[in-house]
Amino acid sequence: MTETTASNSGRAEVWITGIGLATSLGEGLDANWDALNQRRINVDEKGFAPYVVHPWAPVNLDSQIPRKGDQRQMEAWQRIGTYAAGLALESAGVKGNKEILGRMDMIVAAGGGERDISVDVGILTAQAKGNSAPGFLNERLMNDLRPTLFLAQLSNLLAGNIAIVHGVTGTSRTFMGEELAGVDAARIALARIAGGQSDIALIGGSQNGERKDLLVLYEFAGFNLKDRFAPVWTRGKSAGFALGSAGAFLVIESKAHAQARGAKPYARLTRVVADLARRDNPGEVTASLQKLWSKLGPLESKGVIITGATGAEPVTAEERAFLGEHKDFAVRATGTMFGHTMETQFPLGLGLAALSISRGALFPPNDPSGLEVEKSGPPAQIVVIGAGHWRGEGMALVEAIQ
Amino acid sequence: MTATRDKFGRPVVVVTGMGVVTSLGAGKTDNWAKLTAGESGIRTITRFPTVGLKTTMAGTVDFIPIEPFSSTDLSERLADLAAGEAVAQANIGTRGDFPGPLFLAVAPVEIEWPQRQEMGRAVGTSEFNYDDLLRACGGGKFTRYHRRFLFGSVADHLAGTFGTKDSPISLSTACASGATAIQLGVEAIRRGETDAALCVGTEGSVNPESLVRFSLLSALSTHNDPPQSASKPFSKNRDGFVIAEGAAALVLESYEAATARGAEIIGVVAGCGELTDSFHRTRSSPDGKPIIGCVRKALADAGMTSEQIDYINAHGTATPENDKMEYLGISTVFGERAKQVPVSSNKSMVGHTISAAGAVEAVFSLLTLEHQRIPPTINYDVPDPAIPFDVVPNTARDARVTAVMSNSFGFGGQNASLVLTREPI
Repeated sequence: MTETTASNSGRAEVWITGIGLATSLGEGLDANWDALNQRRINVDEKGFAPYVVHPWAPVNLDSQIPRKGDQRQMEAWQRIGTYAAGLALESAGVKGNKEILGRMDMIVAAGGGERDISVDVGILTAQAKGNSAPGFLNERLMNDLRPTLFLAQLSNLLAGNIAIVHGVTGTSRTFMGEELAGVDAARIALARIAGGQSDIALIGGSQNGERKDLLVLYEFAGFNLKDRFAPVWTRGKSAGFALGSAGAFLVIESKAHAQARGAKPYARLTRVVADLARRDNPGEVTASLQKLWSKLGPLESKGVIITGATGAEPVTAEERAFLGEHKDFAVRATGTMFGHTMETQFPLGLGLAALSISRGALFPPNDPSGLEVEKSGPPAQIVVIGAGHWRGEGMALVEAIQ
Repeated sequence: MTATRDKFGRPVVVVTGMGVVTSLGAGKTDNWAKLTAGESGIRTITRFPTVGLKTTMAGTVDFIPIEPFSSTDLSERLADLAAGEAVAQANIGTRGDFPGPLFLAVAPVEIEWPQRQEMGRAVGTSEFNYDDLLRACGGGKFTRYHRRFLFGSVADHLAGTFGTKDSPISLSTACASGATAIQLGVEAIRRGETDAALCVGTEGSVNPESLVRFSLLSALSTHNDPPQSASKPFSKNRDGFVIAEGAAALVLESYEAATARGAEIIGVVAGCGELTDSFHRTRSSPDGKPIIGCVRKALADAGMTSEQIDYINAHGTATPENDKMEYLGISTVFGERAKQVPVSSNKSMVGHTISAAGAVEAVFSLLTLEHQRIPPTINYDVPDPAIPFDVVPNTARDARVTAVMSNSFGFGGQNASLVLTREPI
């Protein structure tokens, strides 16, 4: 298990100084905060029926991606991410600051592979009608694929687009691997800043949930929520997740760097820990989460947990067993409000934790099962949890700066 | 300062195990013999029909059968082989219990055509839309494809096989991925988080759609006949890169931990540099500044000057653009020495192993240091007067080599450079 900390002596304290959210609930911190407080959920049960997805709330793309040529070069997941990254830089007060952006490190958690499904289905139906000549596939791909589509599919081209559009050019790394990629993006960026290898970093991810080719991957193993939306904790026999659409990015930096430029923090990113249980036997996820919890450092009682619990089984039941041992903590499942945004769910959780701390309140529960309870007063600590639907467990501690 | 720390007070990071598989063969011994003999691993593609493709050759690894084929399955097998060789050489930990994290450079994973066609057949009619296809995927008959085509699936497998610690990291920085995997390992050891790291780069992407994608961007050589002559880095008649498969793995350790357990030290990762180009999605900034900055960052990170580099293992893809920009970058940093310091491209022989290239070429750079022999740039018959490098043309050369720079540049503005030495500097 890896642990990184900002609180050891001689290690830099790391602040969250920028949050960029562009989700199914809207763009920006106020829109998302208001929607959470109104318990509003943006879900589409019909457009992809029987599959349930959370559509991205439309934005004026021009405000963060001013050149139409850049917008055209991207597919939706890249536009969502590039847009949210711009919001994060703006929120941190570094947008357009060439000196800082030129040495800003970037770790993006990405999927990719957004396909042209009309090309795919055209080839498959032609083959079903007997077009099986050698070279048929080659010919159709050569003729039908848009040359620039490849660049819209490549995982590292979200980071590439952020560099081009926003000028973030210190370093650029793209982590893949579903939910855990989002945890590791935060974990490695924190470790580098805490260890003096970096001063400031942009981290995050994006997903477009309105994608049939993405539904295919999860339909293989029956993970998609079907027919009717239900909050994460009430899915019971209809286990699964509704794909969400969101971009979530954070700017994190050393306290010294933030203070030197007069930046105001939302919260402190104290720790990020991650592990990969083999999940061969029941109980391994519960045990893995317990182990990660013990690595977070001192936790006050009656705290807050923001979890990216997916609603998929058996992992969600195992996480419930873990949460059952921390009943004094108020829990919020982002999967209910935002759907499951895969690589983006953990950065989204970190963003909501920092936002809640900065607003001096936790948003209300949205859970008829009663697992989520009301919580009054300003949260001083929030634990963010991300247990992958198939693999990977992560946890972070976000704290108020006194 | 002690010998186990570099001049910046950081733990010195050494290499104690290496493994490599390319189109030339499996293992360091075979690869090195063929590489220094100037042999090409590029061949005409036989894995699938190439009718209608502009490029019909590649550096395929055909000696490892994967049936039914998927690039992800081949990537996994290649990574297994390379990591197995590296861990065995390092003789570290116990079988299935590697004492450190995994950093894996791997191509973005996606469902491939053989599987997509299987889905199409599962619909059972000849007229269908994507919704029918989506429905046909369910019901549990394709559960194995969920496991296979998750982005984290190769790392998950390797972590299980080798028993690496922590959360394994799968990463992509395009053609620089292999170098980035090494860089992440170096950083983790320098932070003192771990004494060891397993850094792997793997690529198994010779399939029809990969070829088409790169063809549509006019990135691939079309000199199909003879295939061995297609990859012509730094030549005037170069016309693109040759897509290739392979994997490489390095066991990195802190010098202190390696010497404490009596491990044989193969070489040192003295410095890493990285700088992003924001000019264009596939092209370098015409002023070369990001490449120049990347190379300078690597030298600064190693605490060295360009005078101390006596061999450059070039990115050298043989695309008209890359080789020109690499010369601009190197000549700006190295000045007049750019014409004297040997610069060769392994890709002339093994092709461009994309996600694996940075790791494959790091292994070859370390073998260069070990054997004091520089592999050539083959197919160098028509020099490009605009690139007056000493490319070690066509024949390997014995030389005194104490420090190597290995460069990797990729789509999306990814630039990474490594400085590798025989001994701690």
